[in-house]
Formats: sequence, C-alpha cells, structure tokens
Amino acid sequence: MSSAPQLNIDHVAKLARLALTPEEKAQFAAQLGSVLHHIEQLAKVDVAGVEPSAHAFAVHNVWQDDVARPGLTVADALRNAPAQRENMIAVPKVVE
Amino acid sequence: MTLPLHLQAITELAAQLAAKKISAVELTSAVIARTRATEPRVHAFNSSDEATALAQAAASDVRRAAGQSCGPLDGIPIGLKDVIAVKDQPLTASSKMLAKFVSPYDATVTTKLKNAGAVLHGRLNCDEFAMGSSTENSAFGPTSNPWDLARVPGGSSGGSAAALAAGSAIATLGSDTGGSIRQPASFCGVVGLKPTYGLVSRFGLIAYASSLDQIGPFARTVEDAAIVLGAIAGHDERDSTSFKTAIPDYRAELAARRGPWRIGIPKEYFGAGLDPEIGAAVEQAIAFYKKLGCEIREVSLPHTQYCLDTYYIIATAEASSNLARYDGVRYGHRSAQAKDIVDLYFQSRAEGFGAEVKRRIILGTYVLSSGYYDAFYLRAQKVRTLIRQDFLNAYQEVDALLTPTSPIPAFKLGEKSDPLAMYLCDIYTIGVNLAGLPAISVPCGFTKTNLPIGLQLIGQPYQEANLLALAQAYERGHEWNAKHPNL
Repeated sequence: MSSAPQLNIDHVAKLARLALTPEEKAQFAAQLGSVLHHIEQLAKVDVAGVEPSAHAFAVHNVWQDDVARPGLTVADALRNAPAQRENMIAVPKVVE
Repeated sequence: MTLPLHLQAITELAAQLAAKKISAVELTSAVIARTRATEPRVHAFNSSDEATALAQAAASDVRRAAGQSCGPLDGIPIGLKDVIAVKDQPLTASSKMLAKFVSPYDATVTTKLKNAGAVLHGRLNCDEFAMGSSTENSAFGPTSNPWDLARVPGGSSGGSAAALAAGSAIATLGSDTGGSIRQPASFCGVVGLKPTYGLVSRFGLIAYASSLDQIGPFARTVEDAAIVLGAIAGHDERDSTSFKTAIPDYRAELAARRGPWRIGIPKEYFGAGLDPEIGAAVEQAIAFYKKLGCEIREVSLPHTQYCLDTYYIIATAEASSNLARYDGVRYGHRSAQAKDIVDLYFQSRAEGFGAEVKRRIILGTYVLSSGYYDAFYLRAQKVRTLIRQDFLNAYQEVDALLTPTSPIPAFKLGEKSDPLAMYLCDIYTIGVNLAGLPAISVPCGFTKTNLPIGLQLIGQPYQEANLLALAQAYERGHEWNAKHPNL
C-alpha cells in the first residue's frame, strides 16, 4: 500500500459522475484524508496467502430455469420515470 | 396497571386479539393516535398511510371473525424502514434522490408480513441510503431519541428504533449493514436482531453494501423478535444470496433451548473508548450468565482493530457501485439544469444525494479505481477473511460471544460532525457484518442520565434459535423493557 495516499478529488468525482462544488471538494478532501489516514493501518496486516472474501459465505452461480413470468406492466415500469413519451423514457438528445 | 395497547408486546396483543378482547382496528387506531401525538417531537416517520393501515386492520378482523386468522402477527401494526419496498407506497431511502418515488412492487419481507396478516404502518426515517449512525443524514430531517429528545436515536435505522420506543408501532423492520439495527436498538432501549447473512431475502431492499446488508426486526421482547424473524426468514429465489435452510419455529425453540451456554468475552471489545457505565452494565450481564451456570471464557478476535477500516473500504466500494443506478434517467431525481445526457448524470446526482452519500461514493470509487484496487479493496477483502476466521476460531470453544453493542450511549444531535468520529460509533457491530454472523442487542440497563444501554450477543451462522434463547435467558432475569420513555 502506498504511504500517504493522495485522493485526486476531481478525478474521482469524474469517475463517480458526481458534480461537486468547490466547497464540497475542499471539505471532502480534508475529511476523506483523515479517513484514508486511518485506513492506512491495513497495510500492517500480513495477508500473504490469504484468499479474499467477497461474501461471508461462498456464493456460487445460482441458476434458474429460463421461464417467462409476468413482470412489471409498462405503466408500472414507467411510473417513476422523470420524463416519458409513447411508452418510453425520454432523455436529452444523445447523438448530435 | 395495564399498559396502553401501543406499549404492549406482540405476544400480549395477539392473545387479546385471539380472545376477541380487542380488535385489530382498535389496536391500529390506538397506534395511529399515539403516532400523531408523538411525531411532532420524535419524527420517526417519513410518511404514513393511515387509511390503508386501517383497511388492513379491518381485513384482519374479518379474517378472525371467519376463523381464518393467520397467526400471531395478524392485526399487529408493524412499521418498515423507508428502504424496504411496499407496493404503491413511497420509498425514499430518506433521500431527495427518491423523494417522489412510489414503489411498483413489494419487497419479499413485505409480502411475507402481509401474508402473516400484519398491518403495515408507516415508512420509517433513517440515514440517507442507510449510511450513518445517527439518522441525522436524512434528507427529511433527523429523528429524536424518545428517551431524550435532544439526542439521536442511533442509525441508520433510527426511525425504526424510535417509533417502537415511542409506542408508534408494535414492532418494526430495519436493515443492518454495519450495526444499523443493533446500535439504534441499544440507543432506544429495544431488542434489535441482525440475522445471519442470507437468512432473510434482500429482494426489495434498497441496496447499500450488498455483501453486508441484512433486514431484521426491532421488537419489545426477544420472543416478539423471534415471531417477526420467523415470518420474514427463508429462501427466496429472487435473492441469489439467500440461503436454502429449513426455518425452525423460533418461538417454539425458545422454550426448547435452555443452555447452559459457553459464552466468549472478546477482550478486544472492552478496551479504550468504552463508556464506564456501559462497561459496568455489561459486566453485570456477564455475572448474571455466570450465575445461570454458563461457562464464561475470555477469547481473542485479534483482527478487531482492522474491522472499521475493512468495513469502510468494502461498504463504500459496494455503495459506489450500487448507487451508480441513480443517474436521473429511469427514476429518481432528474436535474433541470443539465446541458446534455452526461451532464444529466453529474447534475442529477449532485442535486439528489446528501453529503454523507457523496462522501461514501467518492471513497468507494477511489478504493476501486485503477492503481488503488489492490492496495485497498483487494487487501480489505483479504483482511475480511481473517476477521471471519477470528470468529470461527472463537466458536471452536464457545457457543456465543458477548460484548457491548455500542461504546457510548445516545449522543446529542449535532455532536458528531466529523465523519471519522461518527464511524467509530460502529466498532463493536461491524465485525459481525463482515463475518456474516447473527447478532442481537438487548436492553441491559440505563445510564445515570436515564439513557438505555444495550448488550450484544453474537451467535454462530444460522443458529438464530440458540441466539434468541440465550438472549431471552438474560431478558427473563431483568425488567429493563418494562420501562418506557416519558413522552
């Protein structure tokens, strides 16, 4: 683990598709700096030969029969859409 | 003196309903009246639909009159944390992002409670997207602790704990990712159970950290928690991590399991930072179990000091991925300021999420980002293996572990403005989530200033029946739950 991790807040916010104000950037960088400093101590743990756990209990692929079942109606699926038109979700123009 | 209906246990109310001494409509009306009276001070509810609750109560009375009662939960008002889907009801996660969202379907636990005849009463406040330890991160304002309105109820399921303590529900459901059921239960003087990972379906639960999240009950007594757990547990094909196991009759098992148990005391949970009054109350609980004939043994969970860091890497990484779905396109808040489709994502998320959610998305994105993945995320997953192994090693020699639930009692609203200080509130509860274990918080006393104290008992995977029996053995020797806040 690198010592004194640098959190490039502009880069990470872009990866997260999150617009931050200058105030938020300054505040989060400082707060997360102290959190990252705390997290640094994980570097002390000897993890040689240790398998990572994604879950507490090993979960393998769970298969289901491919059978069509009733799902949400169009009206239900679109009920929470911010904008809709002709049974579709409307978004700003994607292709110029 | 008989307690008012809204402060009674499910077992007591179910007996009166069965004997037709009270009706479900009468009970629900009493709980609604209590909610109206206390909500201006407590604010445990994001919303409530009284008409639907009363209609469900009336249907319960019709079933009972026809001799078709569904069991002990039939006609019992139960509140759900506002991260659990109820068809045609708001589902906000206490976020501006979902302020107008109406759920098109029921969570599996909701379906199961409906099938058990429960009356669903209210959408309960929480930290936004279940991220927090105080319920102060709600976009709709904080919930107050019924024992001291200037203090927090804990979190993230603070509304679920406070509503129950206030008498605005007979039982509630919450979700627990790092202690979000147990810590508020301890702060509000009620029982809170986090089941083994995979015992209760997560279908219809708004995802925070999917490998850690579990739904569980808040209740006035251990027996009530056993009844609710029995109703919501079980395999669900719509949650691929749900476990295929036979669900015992937890209530019946309470009587069947009598110990004595071998109880481990993890020494790492009694170090610096533990409030002396909480330490003393937990020591008395240990002495009580000793008197019952239990074997008390000190054990070590050597990786305990790494739990917090491991948790905040894994949970935020999973959260950053889970919350990517809130992009302003299909549902949720959409910014009116966006210049184009990509800007729509940036602006909608900026406007829809609160500060703590943004912080965790940033941290989670960072630990998963190129160049840091191995150093943070992968390493945390390996430490998670070691943390889990610590617990399994301890279970070679003991049946359960006993610890305080929280190092401190309920703190004042606004007291912990630093995120790291807030994260440290969870040090006794997060190891359990990383290891996937079941754990329960039961009331074990009060501070001199009359704030509830919680005792945490941690069980072995899928051994909820044992855990509940162990907790009830303590509860039977004490009367902490006979005390109610002066509201």
